[in-house]
Amino acid sequence: MLTKLLQSRDWLLADGATGTNLFAMGLTSGEAPELWNEQHPDRIRRLHQDFVDAGADIILTNSFGGTSRRLMLHNAHTRVGTLNRLAGQHARTVADAADRPVVVAGSVGPTGDLFAPLGSLTEAEAVEVFVEQMEGLKAGGVDVLWIETMSAVEEMRAAALAATKVGLPYTVTASFDTAGRTMMGITPDAMARATTGFVPAPHGIGCNCGVGASDLLVSVLGITATVPDTVVIAKANCGIPQVRGGSIDYSGTLDLMADYARLACDSGARIIGGCCGTSPAHLLAMRRALHTHQRGARPDTATLVARLGALAAPPAKDGAAPRRNRRREGA
Amino acid sequence: MADDDLDLSALPDDDLVGQMHDDLYDGLKDEIEIGVRILLDRGWTPYRVLTEALVEGMRIVGVDFRDGILFVPEVLLSANAMKAGMAILKPLLAETGAPKTGKMVIGTVKGDIHDIGKNLVAMMMEGAGFEVVDLGVNTDVDRYLAAIDEHQPDILGMSALLTTTMPYMKVVIDALASKGIREQIVVLVGGAPLNEEFAASVGADAYCRDAAVAVETAKAFMQRRANRRDAAD
Repeated sequence: MLTKLLQSRDWLLADGATGTNLFAMGLTSGEAPELWNEQHPDRIRRLHQDFVDAGADIILTNSFGGTSRRLMLHNAHTRVGTLNRLAGQHARTVADAADRPVVVAGSVGPTGDLFAPLGSLTEAEAVEVFVEQMEGLKAGGVDVLWIETMSAVEEMRAAALAATKVGLPYTVTASFDTAGRTMMGITPDAMARATTGFVPAPHGIGCNCGVGASDLLVSVLGITATVPDTVVIAKANCGIPQVRGGSIDYSGTLDLMADYARLACDSGARIIGGCCGTSPAHLLAMRRALHTHQRGARPDTATLVARLGALAAPPAKDGAAPRRNRRREGA
Repeated sequence: MADDDLDLSALPDDDLVGQMHDDLYDGLKDEIEIGVRILLDRGWTPYRVLTEALVEGMRIVGVDFRDGILFVPEVLLSANAMKAGMAILKPLLAETGAPKTGKMVIGTVKGDIHDIGKNLVAMMMEGAGFEVVDLGVNTDVDRYLAAIDEHQPDILGMSALLTTTMPYMKVVIDALASKGIREQIVVLVGGAPLNEEFAASVGADAYCRDAAVAVETAKAFMQRRANRRDAAD
């Protein structure tokens, strides 16, 4: 379904935020959004519906933290299958009722654990954890598995392997939030090379979340430069989070997100959406911007900064490199 | 490897300490343990080994972490090497009553299981001579308050990696205020989705972009506190 849409269209619009929009519907901080698949199915479907109404071609299920590793915290780790199946079904119901094709993407976030040898999680355990979640999403009817906000290549590989075991196509996006790399130090270029080498290859790769729209598009440029023929995904946060009174607000305006969408297109992204803070209204602004936009020349960093704001986490200065075995080599 | 050829015990003190800085940087745990033992055998006080070899070595690691040259995997290895050295020094430091830089209570907020960044901060703070009480993950406001009551820390550190959990920091800070103890404690917050504006809006004293910045900020607050105390004397 995703492939077919991509063959007929230059760009596809993915949806906006899940967690932060659920706050606006009454989710409280520290609560697991995935539990709402059971407790408030109406609100989850409403959020999907709002994004479809705003023009989303792809909607992500409410299952980002749906692995047993994360649900353990809420004593819900024994209900991984149910919560993910429901997440898939809610999105499926809304997508099937739409008057145009809408892709249901099963959101799969990181486990939160470090892989061995740095941490304790082995690849085999991680695959098992992901398979359990993905089986639930598959039972709920998702079209594609959407592996997102990743930072370690080992975890991307484990999730990709799990998707293949489950028998669904998948995409992978990473969060480049630390000096232009993921927190594990992976550059966009390295991420692109690693993930496009997975067998079978992902249906799309890219960036989501992170620290700001400018930073995210610099990462998109890094990926599209390395793998120009791969479908690239851009899902940026809606500016930066701020607390106003009791609620949380994101600084990104409708105009900013509209311009971000145009620049994402110019940067070579084929699937464009928003992450944390992106409301249905922002998505509508992005849809309108893309509709009237002709894919233009690749922007440079200066252009991105001029139009979207300064980089929040700029890369290290040129030539800066770790000091390795300085003395031992001379010894 | 060239490493095998290097006899740490043959190095004079200055070179050995320099080598230990490099070995910390490279995350060489065994070498750090050997270095610590050699310095102690040579009659160094545990406190001097801590400050000149380990704390200084971790400071260098921290600078390159802050500048986006080192990333989490490298810094974790460094911190593990530092911890191995600390494990030898800790009982000795307790015996000799060495000065403490300050005390910190730290935890990842309720609803959040991410502890990579929080652990790094805890380790780097220990590496900088702070006493650290680590509450782990999924910390609710009652556990923060109980720990503050029990340990009377100078600093409270809160971490969140999710946009759905970071607002909980405000819940904790508001609770401190309503108990009338907000002014007694410096609140530092961190985590990937945060920023300075967010920290200010929840009422924290500072946002720390990474573990290295957390250490610098904590030290600066302790210094300011000491200056105030001096001025009051």
